Amino acid sequence: MALPPPDPQFVLRGTGAAVHTLRFSCGGPEPDIPLLFSGSENGFIHVWNLKTHRVDTALDGHGRKSVYCVETMGGKDRLLSQGRDQRICLWDLAEGRTSVTDSVFTEHVGFCRCSLLKVAQGRWLMAMAARSLEEVQILELPSKTSVCTLKPEVGAKLGMPMCLKLWQLNCDSQPVLLAGYEDGSVVLWNVSMGKPLSQLICHQEPVMSLDFDAEKAKGISGSSEKVLSIWSLNEQQNLQVCKTHRLVNAGISDITIRPDKKILATAGWDHRIRIFGWKKLKPLAVLDYHTATVHCVSFSDHSNPRERLLAAGSKDQRISVWSIYAQT
Amino acid sequence: VSFIPGGLDCSISFVSHVLGKVCVHGRQKEILGVLVPHLTDLTKSDCIWQRICWRLVECVPDRWMEAVVLGFVQGAPRADVLSRLLGNLVVKNKKAQFVVTQKMLLLQYGHTTAVLQNLLGYLSLDSLRRTLLLRVLQELLETWSSSSAVKHSPAEQQLYISKAILICLSHLKEPEIESCRQELLTSMMEGVKCHLDSSLPQLRRLGMVVAESISLKINTEGPVLKFEYEEDDETRELKSLLVQSPSFCAVPSLPDDNRSEKADAALPLVPESNEKLHTAAPVMPDEELDAELDSDDDLTPYDMSEDKELKIKAPVYIRDCIEVLTGSRSEDMDKWEATVKALESLVRKNPAATREVSVELAKILLHLEEKTCIEGFVELRQRAQVAVLTTDPIPVAKYLTSQFYSLNYSLRQRMDILDVLVLAAQELSCPKFHGKTNHSGAQKPCIQLLPGSDSSKDWRRIVDERIKNKTRRFDMGRSRVELASRPNEFNSVAGHFFFPLIQHFDRPLTTFDLLGEDHLVLGRLVHTLAVLMYLAVNTVAVTAMGKALLEFVWALRFHTDSYVRQGLLSCVSSLLLSVPTERILADMTEELLEAQSWLGDVMEKDPDGDCRRLALQNLLLMENLKKKLEAVPS
Repeated sequence: MALPPPDPQFVLRGTGAAVHTLRFSCGGPEPDIPLLFSGSENGFIHVWNLKTHRVDTALDGHGRKSVYCVETMGGKDRLLSQGRDQRICLWDLAEGRTSVTDSVFTEHVGFCRCSLLKVAQGRWLMAMAARSLEEVQILELPSKTSVCTLKPEVGAKLGMPMCLKLWQLNCDSQPVLLAGYEDGSVVLWNVSMGKPLSQLICHQEPVMSLDFDAEKAKGISGSSEKVLSIWSLNEQQNLQVCKTHRLVNAGISDITIRPDKKILATAGWDHRIRIFGWKKLKPLAVLDYHTATVHCVSFSDHSNPRERLLAAGSKDQRISVWSIYAQT
Repeated sequence: VSFIPGGLDCSISFVSHVLGKVCVHGRQKEILGVLVPHLTDLTKSDCIWQRICWRLVECVPDRWMEAVVLGFVQGAPRADVLSRLLGNLVVKNKKAQFVVTQKMLLLQYGHTTAVLQNLLGYLSLDSLRRTLLLRVLQELLETWSSSSAVKHSPAEQQLYISKAILICLSHLKEPEIESCRQELLTSMMEGVKCHLDSSLPQLRRLGMVVAESISLKINTEGPVLKFEYEEDDETRELKSLLVQSPSFCAVPSLPDDNRSEKADAALPLVPESNEKLHTAAPVMPDEELDAELDSDDDLTPYDMSEDKELKIKAPVYIRDCIEVLTGSRSEDMDKWEATVKALESLVRKNPAATREVSVELAKILLHLEEKTCIEGFVELRQRAQVAVLTTDPIPVAKYLTSQFYSLNYSLRQRMDILDVLVLAAQELSCPKFHGKTNHSGAQKPCIQLLPGSDSSKDWRRIVDERIKNKTRRFDMGRSRVELASRPNEFNSVAGHFFFPLIQHFDRPLTTFDLLGEDHLVLGRLVHTLAVLMYLAVNTVAVTAMGKALLEFVWALRFHTDSYVRQGLLSCVSSLLLSVPTERILADMTEELLEAQSWLGDVMEKDPDGDCRRLALQNLLLMENLKKKLEAVPS
């Protein structure tokens, strides 16, 4: 007899607008307070204190335009945020400061979240959708120099890039980019040469979100239809579909794989969060708490496995935080 | 003929005379039936026989040339045979040229497709004659693109000309197309406009097929013109004419077979957009399963039985539906969709509640536009409108008929009003249609009402049925299940449906002029009136309706659009069938006598075949009436 799904451990209220993005920062040693960053539709980035369950600081840097991506850059003192005001802001939050140190004007009017990859101490690569409709630009941070622009060939008709993921197998290998496009295909790009390595049509509808497990060379993508697609990368750098999973209701806004690669969570348009086992995509749980579309899910980076949390932000302006499968 | 001595110069003009005389007296088939096969064989390889044959036809005197040429063209099995037999007769002889290029193509239209193929193939086979082919094509296109020809010539002639154009196109070579590309383009544009303006769906389709074919020929690369229309045998046959099969094949099979095989391969292909592959691409076998220890086993799943499909609930009350449909909140698209789907059944289940808000609901439905992409939106809206109209007929009919003549409605909306009125009238008048609006399968003959109103086709059947119903049967027993009888609900409202529609037809508004440009709507209006008249049988108002309808028909009887004329004739049929005989004779005798002479005229002189047929049926009905009267002792 299966247990009923658990309730959230706690719920954070007070953003005042739909929550579009979440990022944990709990890796620091004591006495650092575990934090959760959330970006909302009213342009604010809230820094939640996970001990008191209250907002510590509210950052206003995007002119009240929706913030749809928030990333930490090695710790909780440096933050990157992307908003609908076509800017990416870099924040300095050390010692109580709340200032924008730098910003990049992307001229991108879509919703494609940028992707960060740390390549060396103090140096990151950032992939973002650029001004031109189908292009992805790779910048180096903090210097903001352009590394390359990834342009699909003429007539490819991929549409806008919808989601990006930069990764490299280990510190010495070449960084590669996985990009999901509006026509339902996922393309693997070689960043240094600026050329596509492989293209796979995973969905009939735009790819809404994807995540990739570099160790197993396996990835998963979700779209606005009822299918989740799992694909893998073989030695010749070719993408192949491994399997597909049919969902009860259509529409996935976000997918994320837990850092220990054991489970993954999907945020659905049907207000539900689904948990699957990553090995075989076995459905494990359906968490039904929110009353509107769930926009984002994120796993925490606690060093102690038992404290691991899952957070989900929704259009109903609440952030639910769950402790699920933390014992394994 | 078979014993003409070879190797001597002899005069065959005597034979030509004989041939000409026989042909002109109408015996073409007999003599050419023997002559042509012989000549075909003889001229196959022998040049001398070919020249003899050419001399033979050239020497036929001009006054008989037409009959001979006609006979040859009809009798020859294939274009190349015709070429061998006639040679360059059309170039040398003026009369033959006239017959072949003008008379058979433009003035006559009764020949079969095979004959057309022979004729045009013949013209294309020799370089001297190809100039004639181009001239022929130009003249055909001129006729095809002239708006008066489209309006006034019979459908069969237009089909013939279209076929001829397509066959010509199939024979043209690249350099020739290059030289007349501009003219082809201009004629195509003009022609397509005239054809699309026509009210008859068959003519519209003809225009579309020919225009597509022309566009295909002149734009071999790049996007071609493509229309959306329903394929049927006629269009398929037309399209198959565009491809020529090699006529020199040894097996003398009919040209038609070759063409149809090639046609499947060569139907005009529009450059297609990239096909999306299906998600289920080759699935990689999952090999890692058995080998490793599956740590997923540690994770026990939770209970997921509550995970079901998300269903949006439609509102349960009519007033809630109104709120949702008029609401401006754009977020509730799911609710809007669910409301539209559920509306018809809600209206039928709650007649009392509907009657309170019927006019408002009708107004909302008339203006309802598709906000999201629902399947079958148009049908859902129409069914809801019919449900509202049948639940509360009088006020809603008043509203709809007044809106029909109001400003600022699109043609589509006005025609929707007519469709809804007819469907509702049908429902109200037929006892079997208890809440269902299916047309087919009913015992009473039904009239197809939606676009492409082919009500004219059913009239014969309707007349037969009526006659059958009125004959008394003895000792038949219970062969049919008796229909449950209900009071005829249409009785009280028939007038409300009918009279407002007929009132203002001659008053033009700034955006709507029934007697002017909007003759498509006029045609639909007339057909609607015919149906309403037919459904009004056994109602109290039927006589008044009949009189008004007859006046209406009389005023419009010389309308130029054949669709309208067909409608007017259907009106007369409905009238004769619905109004009881005694009333017809009491109130409408003079008008009907006048109508009789008009119908006789139509039957003989109207260019449209359907109109003639309908006029004939009306005259027959009138005859039946007279006979019935004479049979009943007064």
